[in-house]
Amino acid sequence: MTREQAATLIGERFGMAQVDGTSPLVVTLPVDQWVSFARFAKDTLGCRFFAFSTAVDWKEQGLEVVVRVENLDTQIALLMKTRLGAGISSCPSLAPVYRGANWMERECYDMFGIRFDGHPDLRRILLADDWEGHPLLKSYAVDTPHPPYR
Amino acid sequence: MTSSEAASRIELDYAGGERLTMNMGPQHPSAHGVFRAILTLEGETVVGVDAVIGYLHRCHEKLAETLTYAQYPSIASKTDYVAAMTSEFAYVLAAEDIGKIEVPKRAQYLRVVTSELQRVASHLLWLGTWCMDMGGALGGGATIFLYAIRERELILDLFEALVGARLLYGFYQVGGVRYDIPAGWAAQCRDTIGLIEQRIDEYEDLLEGNPFFLARARGVGVISRELAQDVGIAGPLLRGSGVPFDIRRAAPYSSYQDFQFTVPVEPDGDCFARYRVRMVEFRESIRIVRQVLDGLPEGPISSRPGLKSVAQTRIPKGESYARVEGPRGEVGCYLIADGSAKPYRMKWRGASFSNLAVLPHIIPGHKVADVVAIMGSVDPVFGEVDR
Repeated sequence: MTREQAATLIGERFGMAQVDGTSPLVVTLPVDQWVSFARFAKDTLGCRFFAFSTAVDWKEQGLEVVVRVENLDTQIALLMKTRLGAGISSCPSLAPVYRGANWMERECYDMFGIRFDGHPDLRRILLADDWEGHPLLKSYAVDTPHPPYR
Repeated sequence: MTSSEAASRIELDYAGGERLTMNMGPQHPSAHGVFRAILTLEGETVVGVDAVIGYLHRCHEKLAETLTYAQYPSIASKTDYVAAMTSEFAYVLAAEDIGKIEVPKRAQYLRVVTSELQRVASHLLWLGTWCMDMGGALGGGATIFLYAIRERELILDLFEALVGARLLYGFYQVGGVRYDIPAGWAAQCRDTIGLIEQRIDEYEDLLEGNPFFLARARGVGVISRELAQDVGIAGPLLRGSGVPFDIRRAAPYSSYQDFQFTVPVEPDGDCFARYRVRMVEFRESIRIVRQVLDGLPEGPISSRPGLKSVAQTRIPKGESYARVEGPRGEVGCYLIADGSAKPYRMKWRGASFSNLAVLPHIIPGHKVADVVAIMGSVDPVFGEVDR
């Protein structure tokens, strides 16, 4: 399957998705199609390699979750994006689809406070369990005090 | 019956079936850093692993938002400090991709030679520490470690002559590299890699002729092809699980298409397969270094004239994901630029983070002693796991 065929197939199956045909294919999805699209990417497009998952804080426009998966045989890479909407911090988890999403989504929760629904083990991963706040939010200042250390 | 007698009786009557929680780390020597594994044991067999990471977390991604495109590369080297060149490389590639900045051919070749030497240095450290972890099996602990460190020092000498630093370099900058090679460097480099090439053969004989080494490495810690991709492990681990994927081959960057090299693949997925892949990679890296030295073109080493203008580098609005094949696999930098002198958001895909995430899937069912062998074969660098 070529990149163009993949883009066409995505357009047919997921009408709401916006596909940008560059490399990687950037697919912007509504939140309710997030998990079903991931299953489609894995099973139909063969994107079985889970590269990373992260988020971006677009301030008043809300949070965006970004995931990259890739088919290592045909080298079709997908950059999946979904906007959660202003003030919303919950997103369906991809951990049931990709095992690699488990730690990545925990990091995302740790740094952005996004609650991944359906995640089997949503705890902080890099910061201590009693850390207050989520540092990669734009509202979290670099010099936020954290007693008793600073 | 005194209480101490009672304790010894319980010990003797132990018939298994009971679960014990054992804490390994965070200061365990086999962790090569700070890593805590909470193991659930049934007798000597591990039935569950809870991996605790984050001890080295410095929030690189937040830090990158506060530093300019000229400042961050030297900080990027602190993510994976065993292969510092690699992370600098990924960051500048991402910035150059967004800014459509040309890199002169000579700079591209110098980037290739440094990252291949870095791979050899990093694999040497892996070989030494892993073999030390399996210590007794190799007839006296630190033998291979001392040999490997001795050779690694020679490469660090080369880096010191080039950059002035031995561990964290700041060699890459947006648009090129910071320093050109000094006089006599190429000859010194040829001597060094020639020597290391011979020594690699010796280590291979030493290890593969040792039945204890083979017993501890073969069939231990098997990662299936399916699990490897699902978790997103990369580099020698992925190729050791039978997936022939190398970014240098699949999506060549920085003129890798100019060089001849083979991508080693082993189908078994065990510790021994990962060892074999890395042993071949030593030789392939040396082969690439020779080709670079033979074909090093003349010309500028940066497309931007001097440090002052680099400090004012502005990257236009846009985003990019750049990745390089580091010693531990896919090191990626997802960069979003907003048109200012600093990135809006930067995400590291640390190869070690994903590689380490496979441990809870493969350790259960092994004995405690195998945990050490498996962890060493994964070759995690905790600066990159925790970032």
